[in-house]
Amino acid sequence: MAEITMLEAIREALFEEMERDPTVVALGEDIGVYGGAFKVTEGLLARFGTERVMDTPISETAIVGAACGMSYLGLRPVAEMQFIDFIACCFNQVTNFAAKSHYRWGAPAPLVLRGPSGGGVHGGPFHSANPEMYFVHTPGLKVVYPSTPGDAKGLLKSAIRDNNPVLFFEHKFLYRRIKEDVPAGDFTVPIGKAALRREGSDLTIVSYAAAAHTALEAAQALAKEGIQAEVLDLRTLLPLDRDAILASVKKTGKLLVVHEDTRTGGIAGEISALVCEGAFEDLDGPVARVTAPDTPVPYAPPLEEAFLPSAEKVAAAARELAEY
Amino acid sequence: MSNELTREQHIELYYYMQLNRRLEERLGRLFRQNKIVGGVYSSLGQEAISVGTAYALEPRDWLAPMIRNIGALLVKGFRPRDIFTQHMARATSPTHGKDGTSHFGDLKVRHVVSPISMLGDLIPVMTGVAMAGRYLGHNIVAMTWIGDGGSSTGAFHEGLNLAATQRAPLVLVLENNQWAYSTPVARQVPLRDLADRARAYGISSRIVDGNDVLSVHQCAKQAVAECRAGRGPVLIEVKTMRMQGHAQHDPAGYVPKEMFAFWKERDPLVRFETYLTEHHLWDPAKKEEIDARIESELDADQKFAEDSPMPSPETAEQGVYCEGCHAVEAEWHRPKQEVMPPAASAEAVWKVKDFGALRGEKPPAAPPAAKEPAPKPAAPQAKPEISEAPPLRVPFGRGPKDRAFRESHEEKHPRHKSKKRRR
Ligand SMILES: Cc1ncc(C[n+]2csc(CCOP(=O)(O)OP(=O)(O)O)c2C)c(N)n1
Ligand SMILES: [Mg+2]
Repeated sequence: MAEITMLEAIREALFEEMERDPTVVALGEDIGVYGGAFKVTEGLLARFGTERVMDTPISETAIVGAACGMSYLGLRPVAEMQFIDFIACCFNQVTNFAAKSHYRWGAPAPLVLRGPSGGGVHGGPFHSANPEMYFVHTPGLKVVYPSTPGDAKGLLKSAIRDNNPVLFFEHKFLYRRIKEDVPAGDFTVPIGKAALRREGSDLTIVSYAAAAHTALEAAQALAKEGIQAEVLDLRTLLPLDRDAILASVKKTGKLLVVHEDTRTGGIAGEISALVCEGAFEDLDGPVARVTAPDTPVPYAPPLEEAFLPSAEKVAAAARELAEY
Repeated sequence: MSNELTREQHIELYYYMQLNRRLEERLGRLFRQNKIVGGVYSSLGQEAISVGTAYALEPRDWLAPMIRNIGALLVKGFRPRDIFTQHMARATSPTHGKDGTSHFGDLKVRHVVSPISMLGDLIPVMTGVAMAGRYLGHNIVAMTWIGDGGSSTGAFHEGLNLAATQRAPLVLVLENNQWAYSTPVARQVPLRDLADRARAYGISSRIVDGNDVLSVHQCAKQAVAECRAGRGPVLIEVKTMRMQGHAQHDPAGYVPKEMFAFWKERDPLVRFETYLTEHHLWDPAKKEEIDARIESELDADQKFAEDSPMPSPETAEQGVYCEGCHAVEAEWHRPKQEVMPPAASAEAVWKVKDFGALRGEKPPAAPPAAKEPAPKPAAPQAKPEISEAPPLRVPFGRGPKDRAFRESHEEKHPRHKSKKRRR
């Protein structure tokens, strides 16, 4: 066991998978000699060489397209988006080429597309986005968004070994801010399984990524007031762990969804529908949500702070729901 | 121009071109009988391109067709029944009714990647195929096609640029058939020769008469050899003409009638038949035999498709994910140790050649270079080439200038002469 950051955990997963399996290769902008904009891939090129760690032109479509092509010959490419915002530039390759490949003609495309995501670091409208829901709405993809170093390592290993295209979101606010004891050596965390972060009986807070930490912070504050919130960290958004969500809501009778993604079309809407379908009789209150507003991510610190869900906002919504 | 093809290979080229044409004629008939689910995109007049280029590949090589490349699929070993069932959305089709037209492939045996509708996307994908092939030691070439219109997509440029920087063994065949749906090529690309696009990427390019299967084949063969030798991607512009509308629904009223007439005189099948006869490579009995064989094959395969059931509705939700149904395995044709540490390890330092000095400027003295992380196995440095083949001007018009050009061209390339074209 060693205490490592999320960023180190992701790097460890890459090193270990490349060490374990010569079909694993990495490609992206500035990932080789420089080691990536956030240094996630630092040291990878020195260890595995230029055939396996490829610095590419600034061509997101070509990066993802090439990754698809490589996967057809049995390679397992891990492609980096320098910032996940740039995934918009290769939307077509992701949603039309990779995602539909297996359904249309039975060709698995085992590739991973990973990149730093999310706000809280004053990145502004083009370096802070949470575009996960575009892809959650795309059958054929898997979408993973971990919140802890251990999950990041175990889920990235699962993503690399998966036979389907997996989008792996890395919340950049968490890269170096949290540390955790992560088991050394080989272990995986299954894709599609949520993690219960805190047990409680009064309400369920469902969240993921950086917002999961916000939810936990709020839950601790609420506990002092005698409100016991259960916190479920989704970890994977597609496929969604429906069973874990329903089980928790059946237990507490109340649901609050918290995400940093914007409100309309965020996963809270889907979870709300899911609970109506599967646990309507068990609900003791309306489904509530705390999300970012329907705006781009603003640049100025006070604006961004207003944009992001905070522990105070979450606690306020939870209090109201608990009293309902 | 001499060529190295045997008599049998000439006959085989004819077989595929004729099979391509007769198959598509049947698709047109089936469309009018309402037996085709979606559209039919004819490659009438372009058969020499699909067949001549794909015929330059070896079985280990990879290709990805565009919508008008049924001929390439036939050359790669797919059968007419695959095309019929795809268009008719039958359960027996290669995609079991999940997708139509030429949107299917085969990773394991024929090495064909299924296209998607979005133009240009195959170029980066086939670049990845080429790179993976090199990585695994397969010594393969990847080939794909693009239209004159499709050459303006972002994916075309990103893909070709990546292929160039990687020196990937990719042959890109740019079919300039003068039209992109209803828009003439001049409104798509402000270049007389689309092959000039290759200059921007520092890669080699060729221009060839797309209605002459032997020229197309020879050109593709050279390009494939060049790629296989590690000299990087090649762009081939083939000049041709789309002889029908964009698809069956489109009567192509926007194409000047005289333009069709001009190109009809250059029909690739008629030209090749004349060639075979003039060079005594067959006789009328042989042609009859092949044509009869084609008709009976098509009869059988069309019947197979028409007799096949539609897929059952419960399969609609199946197959979105690979849940262990397919094994993902790489075939290693080189020792894995080569790509593993310590053999693969490299010094993470860039070697910068001339510090970006202006041409003609004396480059500053560089310190002794560290080991450059160059792609391995090191490909021989190829000089960026520009089009070396004499550009074949394809004039549209009957004026004295055009006639003079045509006559001088025919003098230089007597094989292009056909009785029909002598006026
Ligand atoms: C990216 C994209 N935009 C639009 C279309 C619709 N579309 C299909 S074919 C076509 C014309 C293509 O012309 P060209 O590339 O010259 O190929 P040709 O049809 O002549 O073979 C268009 C606009 C498409 N398939 N993909
Ligand atoms: Mg065209």
